[in-house]
Amino acid sequence: MAGLDSTRVDLTSAEAGRENLAVIDSAGNETDVIRGPALTAPPLPWGDRYGWTALKWLSVIVVVVGWELFARSGAVTPFVLPRLSTVLLRIWTDALSGDLWANTGVTLYRAIVGFLIAASGGIVLGMAIARIPAIRWFFDPIISVGFPMPKIAFLPVVILWLGVYDVSKISMVVFDAIFPVVTATIIGLQGVDRVLLWSARNMGAKEPEILWQISLPAALPQIMTGLQVAMPIALIVAIVTEMLMGGYGLGGSMMTASRYADSPGVFAGITEIAVVGYVMVKAMALVRRRLLIWHQEALAPSTV
Amino acid sequence: MKLALSRALPLIILAIVWELASRFELVSSSVLPSLSDVMASWWEMVKSGELITNGAASLYRTFAGLGLAVAIGIMLGIGMAWWKPVNALLAPLVEAFYPMPKSALIPVTVIWLGFGDGSKILLIFMGCMVPVTIGAFNGARGSDQALVWSARSMGASRMRMLWDVVVPSALPELLNGIRTALALSFILLVSSELIVAREGLGYLIGYLGANGSYDAMFAVVLTVAFLGFACDRIYQMFMNRMLAWQD
Repeated sequence: MAGLDSTRVDLTSAEAGRENLAVIDSAGNETDVIRGPALTAPPLPWGDRYGWTALKWLSVIVVVVGWELFARSGAVTPFVLPRLSTVLLRIWTDALSGDLWANTGVTLYRAIVGFLIAASGGIVLGMAIARIPAIRWFFDPIISVGFPMPKIAFLPVVILWLGVYDVSKISMVVFDAIFPVVTATIIGLQGVDRVLLWSARNMGAKEPEILWQISLPAALPQIMTGLQVAMPIALIVAIVTEMLMGGYGLGGSMMTASRYADSPGVFAGITEIAVVGYVMVKAMALVRRRLLIWHQEALAPSTV
Repeated sequence: MKLALSRALPLIILAIVWELASRFELVSSSVLPSLSDVMASWWEMVKSGELITNGAASLYRTFAGLGLAVAIGIMLGIGMAWWKPVNALLAPLVEAFYPMPKSALIPVTVIWLGFGDGSKILLIFMGCMVPVTIGAFNGARGSDQALVWSARSMGASRMRMLWDVVVPSALPELLNGIRTALALSFILLVSSELIVAREGLGYLIGYLGANGSYDAMFAVVLTVAFLGFACDRIYQMFMNRMLAWQD
């Protein structure tokens, strides 16, 4: 039976689900059939348990080995694609000399300071827009026009006003990252269950209490989503501004490498930036799970 | 009409404040040229054709990259949702590539394809493929199993089901993914053109800024911002059209 299953699992998820049902069926467990495939996972056949994990690693290994072999094969010059081993060695020497940590630190400092300003400012502005009609009247059109704009185009303007140092880089990060936070906060606050608000008022809660103890916690899933969108934006903008203005930072050092046609340096920069991005996104997901442990979404299996 | 005016009023107020601030020299006109000067130099650039040729180059890059990304992203996303081995193979790569700030790829695309159109199209393609793939994947995976089952029990072939059941039910998430990709394409376009290019709106912004013709630079910045906004609005109308069958 298990052998048969493992040959059939490469079908659609629907089909795989039906296959599971059939197994349960033959075991005579009818209530499970009614509850559906999602809740009644029978013990996975061998192919499911180890085959998929192996396949997942396979693609990563293929990319890593393929990069190294392709670069060694001589089909492309080392300038176009340096060997992976060369790039890793480069990252290692950067790490030993301390450049890697200095650049990562500077980039993270700009991205995170900008992100925190955008997060706190965005939540406050979102709360004001959701609660005060005059502010909503003024900001609503500005936000709906500003949100889809490619704000990075304003970078030269910001350089003109604020110079090329941290202030202008961080301002640019704030300017870009604040929009998703504001919109998410508005949507979250508007979607708070009215019954919760009514019962709180009924029990004599004052407005500030309602805001802090009911509205904000209830809007937190939405706000977190906004913050999760804003975090990668903050990092992207920090790196682009560094690439344009030069100086320290992961983006800046990558641009320097690019100017000197130092191709391993460029690829090392990309790898470092990719790792930093991955860690930040995972960290945000972790924060979300921690903050929303009381929320029912924590029960659902996590996706990405 | 009245509602539209009330919505536009804050923007008009901002425009008037801008004009007055630089008219009455509250801020130096080299830092903030007046709105009327900006509009005048915008019109100059339209007449000389400078804005049109660079704008056309930029839009060509955006839509070529985005079009490729949509075509391949849909195939990847639906393939991942529909065939488990494809998912097992590609999911780790998508997950690793997804959080990566795509603008970091600008120098590499230049190493590979030079300063021209190719490197921008490749960059936009790589960046935009991720949200499209994820949208298509989430949409197709979330398609109602009851629909799939009933289609099968009515004797639909696998391809038929894919086309008639999975693709339509994936549409809302897919279209949302494309909307994210559209916004991203403009960001990537402008940043790559600002950093390395010989034509295009981003290049024009950098060039004019370096020459100190700030009123023209503001005109191009506002043009880019407007293009991004307008494309999003048009796309939203298209999206509502496509999803009109939903309740």
